[in-house]
Amino acid sequence: MLRTALRNVLAHKARLLMTALAVMLGVAFVSGTLVFTSTISQAFQKSSEEGFSHVDVALQADRDGYDGLGQPERLSQKLLEDAAKLPGTASVIGEASGFAALADKDDKLVGEGWATTGGNYYVGQNGEDPRYPLKDGRAPQKSGEIALDYKTAERTGYKVGEKVRMSVDGPVRQDKIVGIFNTDDGNVAAGGTLVLFDSKTAQQLFTAPGEYEQIILKTAEGTSQSELRSQVEKILPKDTKAVTGEKLAEDQSEAIATQMSGMQTGLLVFAGIALFVGIFIIANTFTMLVAQRTKELALMRAIGASRRQVTRSVLIEAAVVGTFAAVLGLLAGIGIGAGLRSLMNSLEMTIPDGPLVIGSSAVIASFAVGVLVTMLAAWLPARRAAKIPPVAAMSSIHAAATTRSLVVRNSIGSVLAAGGGALVLAGTGMGMDDAKGIMGIGALLLVVGVFVLTPLLSRPLIAAATPLLRVFGISGKLARQNSVRNPRRTAATASALMIGLTLITGMTVIASSFQEAINKMAADSLKADYTISMANMSPLAPEVGQKLEQDPAITAVSPLRTTQAEVEGKKETVAGVNGGDIEKLLTLNFESGSFDELNGNNVVVDRDMAKKNGWKEGTTLPVTYEDGRSAKLNVTGIYEGNQMIQGVLADTRTIEPHMKQVGDTQVMVKMEGGITEANKTKLEEALGKNPAVLIQDPEDISEGIAMLFTMLLNILYGLLAMAVIVAVLGVVNTLAMSVFERSQEIGMLRAIGLDRRAVKRMVRLESVVIALFGGVMGIGLGVFFGWAVGEVIGSGLSTYALLIPWDRLLIFLALAAVVGVLAAMWPARRAAKLNMLESIKAE
Amino acid sequence: MTTTTTQPGAYVANSGVAAARATDLSKVYGQGETQVIALDQVSVDFHQGQFTAIMGPSGSGKSTLMHCMAGLDSISSGSARIGDVELTALKDKKLTQLRRDKIGFIFQAFNLLPTLTAMENITLPMDIAGRKPNTEWLDRVVETVGLSGRLKHRPSQLSGGQQQRVAVARALASQPEIIFGDEPTGNLDSRSGAEVLGFLRNSVRELGQTVVMVTHDPVAASYADRVIFLADGRIVDDIQAPTADSVLERMKGFDAKGRTS
Repeated sequence: MLRTALRNVLAHKARLLMTALAVMLGVAFVSGTLVFTSTISQAFQKSSEEGFSHVDVALQADRDGYDGLGQPERLSQKLLEDAAKLPGTASVIGEASGFAALADKDDKLVGEGWATTGGNYYVGQNGEDPRYPLKDGRAPQKSGEIALDYKTAERTGYKVGEKVRMSVDGPVRQDKIVGIFNTDDGNVAAGGTLVLFDSKTAQQLFTAPGEYEQIILKTAEGTSQSELRSQVEKILPKDTKAVTGEKLAEDQSEAIATQMSGMQTGLLVFAGIALFVGIFIIANTFTMLVAQRTKELALMRAIGASRRQVTRSVLIEAAVVGTFAAVLGLLAGIGIGAGLRSLMNSLEMTIPDGPLVIGSSAVIASFAVGVLVTMLAAWLPARRAAKIPPVAAMSSIHAAATTRSLVVRNSIGSVLAAGGGALVLAGTGMGMDDAKGIMGIGALLLVVGVFVLTPLLSRPLIAAATPLLRVFGISGKLARQNSVRNPRRTAATASALMIGLTLITGMTVIASSFQEAINKMAADSLKADYTISMANMSPLAPEVGQKLEQDPAITAVSPLRTTQAEVEGKKETVAGVNGGDIEKLLTLNFESGSFDELNGNNVVVDRDMAKKNGWKEGTTLPVTYEDGRSAKLNVTGIYEGNQMIQGVLADTRTIEPHMKQVGDTQVMVKMEGGITEANKTKLEEALGKNPAVLIQDPEDISEGIAMLFTMLLNILYGLLAMAVIVAVLGVVNTLAMSVFERSQEIGMLRAIGLDRRAVKRMVRLESVVIALFGGVMGIGLGVFFGWAVGEVIGSGLSTYALLIPWDRLLIFLALAAVVGVLAAMWPARRAAKLNMLESIKAE
Repeated sequence: MTTTTTQPGAYVANSGVAAARATDLSKVYGQGETQVIALDQVSVDFHQGQFTAIMGPSGSGKSTLMHCMAGLDSISSGSARIGDVELTALKDKKLTQLRRDKIGFIFQAFNLLPTLTAMENITLPMDIAGRKPNTEWLDRVVETVGLSGRLKHRPSQLSGGQQQRVAVARALASQPEIIFGDEPTGNLDSRSGAEVLGFLRNSVRELGQTVVMVTHDPVAASYADRVIFLADGRIVDDIQAPTADSVLERMKGFDAKGRTS
């Protein structure tokens, strides 16, 4: 039996090629994901371990355990000095760090906003900071001097002695580079920048004079990390904690592992989709192979092979193909893993160096997935093969395509699809948590139901294309008829394409709707000409707003400044705005009252909050601020909030005196002349051409949002492309089989006068018809799912409304047609090249 | 022309006007030692309005001659003409057009597209050409082959004989200059075969069609006006108005010769 199976694989290698390719792509996706994620997670683990090599015990503010208002206190100079005196301490370092943007020689921000950091050069016992060995120059000693990490120096070309423009919280600084240092800081290893100030300047910028963000202790000889931690814990003030370096490294590596496994799961889902699509192709191929070999299989049965043996021989064939594809897929996956890493490096998303990790999990998964998926898909055809009666060997009847009644199939399909559709519809009326499960099951049932129904749907849907095909004359007519000739095969082929397009369309619909909703929220409620914020969304210094207020060209200006306060005994965020100008800068719908009297102890609150707490216009609210002082606030207005503006709004002058640290999320301005290039330039100049500050008009904000969504969609498209490619292989496969089976017909057609071009066109049109069939179904289902899912998750967004991106959907449909044309290239050429005489005579 | 057994009522060919003509036609397969000469400088005219049968033992080249004359196969040397068109001068595209417009075909099996109805199969060559069929003529053809009640049927709903009659109708429908049949009754029982052959003969007599048919069946050949015998790629005999007996007689002679040589 094994020998027969092997012979069969060899005899049909051309026809099994597409199947093997489909499996290979799926396996490559899986193994590529595993290789890539384990490679970068190991690299990050290693670099994070190195990053903590100089930390034995770290003292930090205890944020998790803090239940006061605002942020917990920082660490004082006194704590540092006390810790240094402990018997187990060999040395201490006080750290003050935060966001620091650096401009390159063209005044552009270096690196991504999240990874541009600043720190302090802490002068330790021998006058050096062990964290940052200097490569060049000296350490920064006073304000105006900085040191730069060597990777950034290399990237920007900055040298010791040069002046650079920087910004920490808004205003521009000019600092001189006095040193370049080496570091194993994980952030720098990952492509970030690090600028060091002297400790005093760093404290002014990032913390407060005499305060540290973190204190690092080195153990004295003979003291273990945990011993030192116990010593230190005795002197720790409230809301402060001590953590050993080992624990920090462990936590970080756990965080990395969690992050990576999230990414891995996400990628594997898409690999799974590609493999699922592959199943259709494999099943299709083996069904066709079995049909073609009816006589051969019947002969085997006639001479004494049992049903099981026939089934097994087909399954062995599948296993051989699966193994072969798994080997190639694994190799390709390793290539993908290596390629992705260098791609990320070339995109400046620097990953710490490290070897390519090919774990046993990648190897095992490749073989398991490749072999199992192939055998699973071949199982039904194998059973069908076993059912061939021995007498079929004798009869000369052509193994005609089975046109068994589809009644049972259609009934099952209708029930599944209707049930699934009903569940999805029911889900749209529910809350997020309830809907998740019901919709998931409903969607699955609906998709399966549609799969089952595709043979039925193929006739009317393809018939709808008749007028279009008529343009192509006889080729179109024959193509249409050929495509409905074997409804099951057409259906399986189209379904494979449908899956990818359903997902692509669904995501596009959801993303477009959300983009529009967020856009409405962010841009439409904004009356301001420009908003000013930090590139990394860290707080702006209040000086920015104050400076702009004095500019005569600016007609209205308001910061958006948040603080925490206890309102009626509950911790709430209170946002401060300029009560006098805010009406000119924001459009909010007021249910009652207005911005008019937003001053002193007057506040406005959003409708939901008011409803929840039973507040009305005129209610008096007791409040306790961050600094512990109390006051009474009067509600003078109730507005309709959204995700950007919500909660309690007060005048900045009311809350500012109570804030520990004053910083603005953004500053909104209205200018004389409105939005013009000149005004933007004026603002830029007023802010000192600061690389870290973002000046956006509402259109920029919309563009920013659009860009975010475009990027997200492009990533999803990229991931789903694999499923589409696999589906294309399926179309190629089906067409090749069709051409092979119909070679007699094609030969006859050629003889009676159909020229090669018309034969090609016939095959191509059949392909396009199948692809469009899959496309129409996929887009239809996708829109439905997009609508349903949007109804549920969009219910949390007041501005959400379904937006069907018709232009995109048309592109997808065109893409399906292109897929059809491409898939037909090779089969069509084969059909046109068929030798007429041999084809006609072939039995 | 050794023997001429005139059959009463036989159609007399418009002497001399050739619908197709082979001149020194040779067909060689393979090269060097494996070379096979399928046709060896054959020269023959197929007269207009005549029903010609080509006979000969297996491997005699009878099918090859038909394929070459019908533009289905290439020619090694010599010339083949349909009307006054020289086939050797035509590229694939023109050749396809020629087959479409001037030649009708009836194959032994697999003549019809299973997805098309009988009527659609009949008009297929015209559909390919994008021409409107001549309705009057079409009705006449359909009537002649006796398919009037079955035009909406698909091939799978027709008997073998009916299928071949559809094939005959298709060949006739476009009024080609010449119809080639490759063992058109080879797969049929004798009664259905006789019907199909009858129609072919009628189409020659009544519609003035030119038909060339390859067969190995003496009875089938007896329906023709003329029989050409091939052996080893050469024409070895040519009889007018044959009967089954005379053809059988002739074949016995070749067999005997073949065995003794």
